[in-house]
Parts: sequence; structure tokens; C-alpha cells
Amino acid sequence: MAAVQGGQRIFSPVLVAGPSPDWFNWNQLNNLIIALSFGGLVFYSISYAKRHEIFLRRIPGLDAVDEAIGRATELGKPILYLTGAHDLHDPSTIAAAVILGKVAKRAALYETELLVPHREPITMAVCQEITKQAYLEAGKPDLFKEDANFFITADQFSYTAAVDGIMLRKKPAANFFMGAYFAESLLLTETGASTGAIQIAGTDSDHQLPFFVTTCDYTLIGEELYAASAYLSKEPVQIGTLRGQDIGKAVVLSAIGIGIVLATVGAVTGAQWPQLFLDLLRDLK
Amino acid sequence: MIFLRRQLPLLITLVTGLLFAAQYYVPHPASEQMLTSATKWLQIVGGFALILGVTSLFHQHAVKIRRQEAGWGYSLVLYVGMLGTIAVGLWANGKESVEGTMTAFGWIYNYMMVPLQGTMFAILAFFIASAAYRSFRAKSREAAVLLVAAVIVMMGRVPLGEYLIPLSGDVSSWILNVLNSSVRRAILIGVSLGAVALSFKIIFGVERSYLGGGKE
Repeated sequence: MAAVQGGQRIFSPVLVAGPSPDWFNWNQLNNLIIALSFGGLVFYSISYAKRHEIFLRRIPGLDAVDEAIGRATELGKPILYLTGAHDLHDPSTIAAAVILGKVAKRAALYETELLVPHREPITMAVCQEITKQAYLEAGKPDLFKEDANFFITADQFSYTAAVDGIMLRKKPAANFFMGAYFAESLLLTETGASTGAIQIAGTDSDHQLPFFVTTCDYTLIGEELYAASAYLSKEPVQIGTLRGQDIGKAVVLSAIGIGIVLATVGAVTGAQWPQLFLDLLRDLK
Repeated sequence: MIFLRRQLPLLITLVTGLLFAAQYYVPHPASEQMLTSATKWLQIVGGFALILGVTSLFHQHAVKIRRQEAGWGYSLVLYVGMLGTIAVGLWANGKESVEGTMTAFGWIYNYMMVPLQGTMFAILAFFIASAAYRSFRAKSREAAVLLVAAVIVMMGRVPLGEYLIPLSGDVSSWILNVLNSSVRRAILIGVSLGAVALSFKIIFGVERSYLGGGKE
């Protein structure tokens, strides 16, 4: 720093400074607190569900899983199960793989052929293990076929063309579309609808939901995909997680409700104090 | 054996899950470097995993051709197409053009793959029309509401519609920005909470059916 007064110039000593990186982003502290609180809530709900019975509302799409597999068995036709466009980094693909285990177990019990075409080789390998375990649990290991899970291609429309071909040639009686989807969703489901198959979709891709709702018999909307394994297994661990999610949603809804009231009061009265609370809620998002 | 099949994968999931969750909160260059390295490793592993996929594809279609199952001709086409593309791809060093001249590999990509992909995408227009026809038949109260909303939105999104019914633009915007957005946000909140809960279950080994489903 330098200062000039009259004809005199004064210089401060030269200091060298360099930026040092932080080990924690304090702007994300609220996010971390909310994530940990929600995690704690989920684990508390799981322990609660182990001690108490929790009511689960029925989801028609999941009730229809048995119906779809039963229909395929009666007709002697295969079941087609897709795990979506993403790989296992995406929670929706993991949810789809978990549901595959339940569907495969029932398919094994009913001795119905299962076809699972994949777009991603690692997902295929994981699903092979899941299917194998399902057949073991059903007491039908001899019916398990290694090539029930098979790879087609990672290319979006080549995969779609191949699966459409399978639908038209093999005419599966039940089609399951779980996981994440893009433009291929309608190409797949409309072809499936034209073959007369029962179709059950489950996706968190909100932009594809209208297509699934339009062309499928049942659609698991958003979080219902994640809830499906709880409904199908009825395990306390899974049901407890659902309760945790519901409490989380109630908290978010309350925050939205309080925010609306405060914003309205602030706008009508011109008071500044509601803004303090609104800023806090905005920071917590 | 049970350690390798069950406990080791769960341990790896726990450690890496916590590490990469923590990474989100650490802005230090070391943390960024770790994420970059892990992403590169994942790409390398993904590349090798493709061998698994191609092996599965070859095996499945080889069985079909050997047994001459229904539609085995398609499997033959797949074999010829795939081996032919690999051969010309290797011949052209993976390049689509050399000194401005298109290679055979480039020709296959530009004049076969791209038009075929375009054709599949174009079919979507016809499928949207057929799906819309089925849904918009006013057979129930819900379908009637859907039909009315769809007509208003369609009229409001094209200049001719807005010219014929001037109010349709504003009503269409209101339907999209208020009704549609609020429902989408509600779905996204549920999806986010579901994904976070599933992630917690996987990291802490509560959900382990993706390992093969067994309980012990």
C-alpha cells in the first residue's frame, strides 16, 4: 500500500499472499445438515417399522405385476423386462434391478420365460446375478437361463429397433418398462400396446411420464418406482424407508405452506420480517 | 468365499459411497482431482465391460444361427453387419474420412447408421398421433379433461391457433406454468427423496439385493 501526503510518499512493507483452498464448502452446510437429518429419519423409520406394523396404501400398478405374470403363464408367452436407458450410477436403474429380482422370482415360480434385453453391459452382469438368485430362492435353479439377460447395444434407437423386433416376433404377454427413458419410451410402449401385451411402466423421467400413462396399462409415477420393492417384498426395512420418505415429504410440504403464508403476509402488509424467514427457507433448499 | 461375494462388495460400497458423498462438500483441488480420476477409471472399466456385452451378443445370435431358430436370418445379418463394420473400422483406423475422402467406415456410419437412426426417430411422430388418438377419446371424465387441456395447449402453442382463439395463448401458458409445473415439481420432490433414501440404504448396506438378492 502507498500513501501520498503533501510531497511525502509512504510505502507499507510488501506482503506476499496466496489463495489456500478450503477443505469444506460452508455454503453447503445447510445441504449437509438436511441430508444427514433425512438419513437419520430414514434409519429411525426403518427401526420403527421393525417394531410396529405400518399401513401401506395399495398401488394398482404393483398389484398388476402378479396379474401380468399370471397372464403370460396362461398364454405360454414370455415376459419382457427393460431396466431403462441409464447405467447403475442412476438410482432408478438400481430400483429397476431390485424390482427385476421380485419379477424374476415370480416368473420362476410360474415357470414363465423371462427376457431382459440390456443397453449397458455392467447392468446386464448385475441383473444376471439378481435373476440367478431369484431362481435359486424360488427353488427352480434348473430353469435359470444365463442368456435371459442379454446385451443388445448402447445406441438408443438401435436398441429400440431391436426391442420392438423382439416384441413383434416373440409377442410377450407382459412388458415391464422400469428405470429412466428418453425419446424411445413411446416407440417401445406403442409397439408393445399393438401386440396386446399388459404393460407396466415405472419411471422417474418426468418428461416421459405422459407417454407411459397414455400407452401402458399401469404406470408407477416417480417415487413409486423406488417404493415398488417395498410393496413387493413387504420387508420392514423397505417399508420403514417409505415412511421416512413420507415424513420428508411432509416436512417439505410444510415448508412450502409456511413460505406461501409468509410471502403473502409480506406482500399484503409490506412488512419486512417475513423476508427473514423466507431467506432462511431459501437457504435451506 | 462369502467375504469376497458379499462382505467385500458391501465394504467397497460403504467406503466409496461415503467418500464421494463427502467429495460434494469439499472444494479442495485434491477432492476435484479424485473425482476426475474416478470418472476416468469408470470410463476405462466401462470400455472393458463392453467386451462382456459383445460376448453376450455374439453368443446369443450364434446359438440362434446354429439351432436355426425362427428369425435366425436376422442373426446372420447382425453377424455380417457387426464383423463387416469392425473390419472396415480397423482398416480405416477408426477414421470417417482421410484427406477429405470418405472411408468405407465413414460411409457405413453416414449412409447407413445415421439414416436408420433418423428413421426410427421419425416414426415417433406417427406413434405420437396414434397414442394421442387413443388417449384423447373422451370416454371418461378424466379423458375429457385431458382432451380439453390438450386442445387448448395445442392451440396456444401454434401461431394459427392463437390467431383463431386469442385467449388460448395465455390459458395455455397458465396450464403449463401453473398446473403442469406444480405437478412436475411435486413428482421431482418425491423422486429426489426416493433417490436419496435408496442411496443411503445402498451405502449402509441395508439394500443389498443388487448383489444377488440373498439374505444371510
